[in-house]
Amino acid sequence: MSKTYAELLNEARAATRNVTNDEAQARVEAGALLLDVREADEWAAGHLPGAVFLPRGQVASGIEAVAPERDRPLVVYCASGARSAFAAQLLQAMGYRDVVNMVAGFVGWQSEGRPTAGSHRLTMEQRRRYSRHLLVPEVGSEGQAKLLDSRVLFIGAGGLGSSAMLYLAAAGVGTIGIVDFDIVDASNLQRQVVHTTDRIGQKKTESAAITIRALNPDVRVVGHDEMLTDDNVDRLIAGYDIVIDGTDTFETRYTLNDAAVRAGIPVVHASVFRFEGQLTAFVPYEGPCYRCLYPTPPPPELAPGCSVAGVLGVVPGTLGILQATEAIKLLLGIGEPLVGRLLIYDALDGTFQELKLRRDPACPACGDAVRAAAAQPPLGVPA
Amino acid sequence: MSTVRIPPVLRAAAGNQKQLAVTGETVGAVINTLVIDYPGLRDQLLTPDGVLNRFVNVYLNNEDVRYLGELETPAGERDTIVILPAMAGGAP
Repeated sequence: MSKTYAELLNEARAATRNVTNDEAQARVEAGALLLDVREADEWAAGHLPGAVFLPRGQVASGIEAVAPERDRPLVVYCASGARSAFAAQLLQAMGYRDVVNMVAGFVGWQSEGRPTAGSHRLTMEQRRRYSRHLLVPEVGSEGQAKLLDSRVLFIGAGGLGSSAMLYLAAAGVGTIGIVDFDIVDASNLQRQVVHTTDRIGQKKTESAAITIRALNPDVRVVGHDEMLTDDNVDRLIAGYDIVIDGTDTFETRYTLNDAAVRAGIPVVHASVFRFEGQLTAFVPYEGPCYRCLYPTPPPPELAPGCSVAGVLGVVPGTLGILQATEAIKLLLGIGEPLVGRLLIYDALDGTFQELKLRRDPACPACGDAVRAAAAQPPLGVPA
Repeated sequence: MSTVRIPPVLRAAAGNQKQLAVTGETVGAVINTLVIDYPGLRDQLLTPDGVLNRFVNVYLNNEDVRYLGELETPAGERDTIVILPAMAGGAP
């Protein structure tokens, strides 16, 4: 005997206990698992706080991963209570004993002005642009909104900076600052993919800004057409969440390191030489800083830069992309950032090696004495 | 014999080799053998007093020897020693 959709829905509704928004909330607060069985685009546009995304088509295959115990209380919702009725019926057939349907759905929840998560202020265009991010639970619309609010400063729009800024711009990092006083040279184009042949002779900050704006109009580019020095470093890094170090001199690197430690701003560091590169994240006081690793610079003849030693163009590209990845992890607070770990990439061997880095308690930039002094309230101000 | 990994910036002074098998019962002894075999490495690795230059880090199996037993750290057959001087670039 065939059945109509209305008959099937009535059966599903009759088979499940329907609850109000208040009761659903009380159950979730008492430990029930809240399941959102709508589709990805609906989820991305906003959902109930604490809900788990499990689209209706994946309920049967996915439920055991999120609720292995059959006696776990479940609250199911969709947009307006129909899909969730079918999902609840299915869950009961699978042996889940305590399943209820929040019958007013997300629409009813929203119309009562109750709190939602994840909608943030993404426009339809942004939801399309970042749709692959929105599908990743570790990013989602909350993470995407965080990226759009983030500010990342690049020291250098060169080989490392080029690939890192392209990917961070594509990822929707809202503000990209670039400190570089150089102009685009023909010899840069073998690796500095943010620049183009027709921009030879143009300022690197301007050239990079053109590429980034063409890639993603969500990104605000702030060019600092100057050299990083002890005099301007505090001003330049102020207000940024993360600095990407693509510097090519030790002097600049120590200047940046000391200022970033003072300001509490993480620096994602990389350097390259021919076929090899190194990468780590210096997060002030959580791990070592650059000065813990190398308290003094080597004499110039022992540390030639790329202009002397040469570099395979793709190697800074690889390291720059790894820097971008670490920056996103730090911005979103996900995964295990490369803090206290140095990654060495050997392109010829095709290997990565990891070394342990330690904070030096006697470090003049971030050691225990500096930390204790920073924690002291200024003189004359009551604690 | 320990395996010593020579960083790219020092390879020219080490016969253009990436990896060398070097004898020595401690990290210091291995480095001494290395600088005898390749005298061009001496000033790059050691101060005139024979201690490690502060712009060079040495790792025994991924641990900085400064946090193990410095140059007295025992080194054996299966150990890998990584020499890691500060690198300049950046790829401006």
